[in-house]
Amino acid sequence: MTEERPGVETDAYNFAYLDEQTKRMIRRAILKGVAIPGYQVPFASREMPMPYGWGTGGVQVTAACLTPEDRLKVIDQGADDTTNAVSIRKFFERTAGVETTEHTTEATVIQTRHRIPETPMTEDQILVYQVPIPEPLRFLEPRETETRKMHGLEEYGLMHVKLYEDIARHGEIATAYAYPVKVEGRYVMDPSPIPKFDNPRLESPALQLFGAGREQRIYAVPPYSKVVSLDFEDHPFDPSKADHPCALCGAENTYLDEVIMDDAGGRMFVCSDTDYCATRQAEGHRGAQSAPFTEAAE
Amino acid sequence: MYVAVKGGERAIDNAHEWLAEERRGDPAVPELSVTQIREQMKLAVNRVMAEGSLYDPDLAALAIKQSRGDLIEAIFLIRAYRTTLPRIGHSEPVDTGAMICDRRVSATFKDAPGGQVLGPTFDYTHRLLDFKLAAEGETPRAQEVDAERKETPRITEFLNRDGLIQEETPSDETPPDMTRAPMEYPANRALRLQALTRGDEGFVLGMAYSTQRGYGRNHPFVGELRIGKVPVEMEIAELGFSVEIGEIDLTECETVNQFAGSKTEPPQFTRGYGLVFGQTERKAISMALVDRSLRWEELGEDNVGAPAQDEEFVLSHSDNIQATGFLEHIKLPHYVDFQSELELVRRMRAEAQASYKEAAE
Repeated sequence: MTEERPGVETDAYNFAYLDEQTKRMIRRAILKGVAIPGYQVPFASREMPMPYGWGTGGVQVTAACLTPEDRLKVIDQGADDTTNAVSIRKFFERTAGVETTEHTTEATVIQTRHRIPETPMTEDQILVYQVPIPEPLRFLEPRETETRKMHGLEEYGLMHVKLYEDIARHGEIATAYAYPVKVEGRYVMDPSPIPKFDNPRLESPALQLFGAGREQRIYAVPPYSKVVSLDFEDHPFDPSKADHPCALCGAENTYLDEVIMDDAGGRMFVCSDTDYCATRQAEGHRGAQSAPFTEAAE
Repeated sequence: MYVAVKGGERAIDNAHEWLAEERRGDPAVPELSVTQIREQMKLAVNRVMAEGSLYDPDLAALAIKQSRGDLIEAIFLIRAYRTTLPRIGHSEPVDTGAMICDRRVSATFKDAPGGQVLGPTFDYTHRLLDFKLAAEGETPRAQEVDAERKETPRITEFLNRDGLIQEETPSDETPPDMTRAPMEYPANRALRLQALTRGDEGFVLGMAYSTQRGYGRNHPFVGELRIGKVPVEMEIAELGFSVEIGEIDLTECETVNQFAGSKTEPPQFTRGYGLVFGQTERKAISMALVDRSLRWEELGEDNVGAPAQDEEFVLSHSDNIQATGFLEHIKLPHYVDFQSELELVRRMRAEAQASYKEAAE
């Protein structure tokens, strides 16, 4: 049954687009995921009105979590104003009529692609990740039938061999994003393509949900779960980043985007988390090039 | 700043406006109506219904109009719309044996009860551009005869009578619904057929073609290809009996394949099966070939490692909506990931160059 919600622009659709049966099915998968941290729960992913690979898994998880009282933030690459973040935020403004925000601290649900917000999250928040390939073993073994077996038997030797070979060949582990982790000492999990700089913040007071629409998988990291980035004793995990402060807000320990300024090799490094950077600037922090930053005038 | 990607809301709105203008094209040219597309682009409509898994010619025509003729985009629109529809039940199995055929051909017999009916096919047209079509206003009419309602029994049944073809045992088991449950491997045949009938025509065609060229060869003949209308019946719980709720056009293809026999089966012919919405015979024949190829295990054949024998490979890559979405998502910004790779490559290069230098000294 569809419930009519006055004030929502498209009354032909249910609250947050999906029908209640579908949301119930997704919530069951989420609950199972929470019960088995890091385990990929198959779910009957629906065709959404945006393409597969563009966040359909995250959108379905968000739709199943949203209540009319929620305040939603959507980021892509850490930014609220990237086109796909704008598009997904608009989708929920239209189909759920929920309030939206760009401030991490004000949001109750944050959907993200490729970043964890710099501002520490709280127990009252849910972080929803868009996941392209949920299987951390996929590039070592293309068959789902095989990888499911490997997870079942906790057979992760192949992954360790891959990491070891990286060290033998390159002197370090040559994975810079989507760096594999082990959750609660059991399942090896793909944290989605976040830079490995973000990995330490996977241990969080917030509930973290991962949705892969095309691959029909949902998984979860419950609050305060132990999340360990895979490494070796003599080659410990290193969450590296560009060795610069942010040129706009002067932050020393944030993940930075490298922005090409001209065709002569000029570049600047700025926080990829736009809300974090803007908040710091509003608080009076200044970086080396913090001329007032405005987009091209209308 | 990165205006190209961080253009935000205004850029999206402007893009949509421009897209709408482009879709309409030159306003001096009369606008195409949805009914014109439905009637005159029927094979495109059929493909959109088949791969969109929704039988509704008007909606399919609308989707084609909206997508500017990009059929995969039109299929996508139909699929997304389908998501919002409640599933209230399922029909009785359709009886294609009782089909009122517009077209029915068999390659394995010269003639058969019910006859061969060529129907509206491109098959024997010469592919010469018809410049007369460029001049408008023509309303061709074909000759008509009164339909003679003849029984058209399935041709493979003649072979079955002598035990020459492998038997298909009917089952009352409720088939799984791939749109309501996540895909699981190994899939049963019902699930495979569902995936193939909504699979991308080009992909299924390519897979079928590969079996003909020797990658898992099993030489097929078209035992029968029939296209026509079948009634759809549904049992209404309140009534306690089935009523006809409409009729749909279908294309059904059964292939007859050579089979030398195996450890478990005597030499006999085997079958592949294709069933697709609308007149979509290229797709139905392709589907039958791929179905047959995927049955290697059940029929006791060897897996020679051909792509078309690999169920997980075929079914995970046959859906064009999944494929196109994932393929095109690489247009989305990835600069966070790229940045981390950039730093990694710079670091590794610096280390490598330092060690070359050390070696040279």
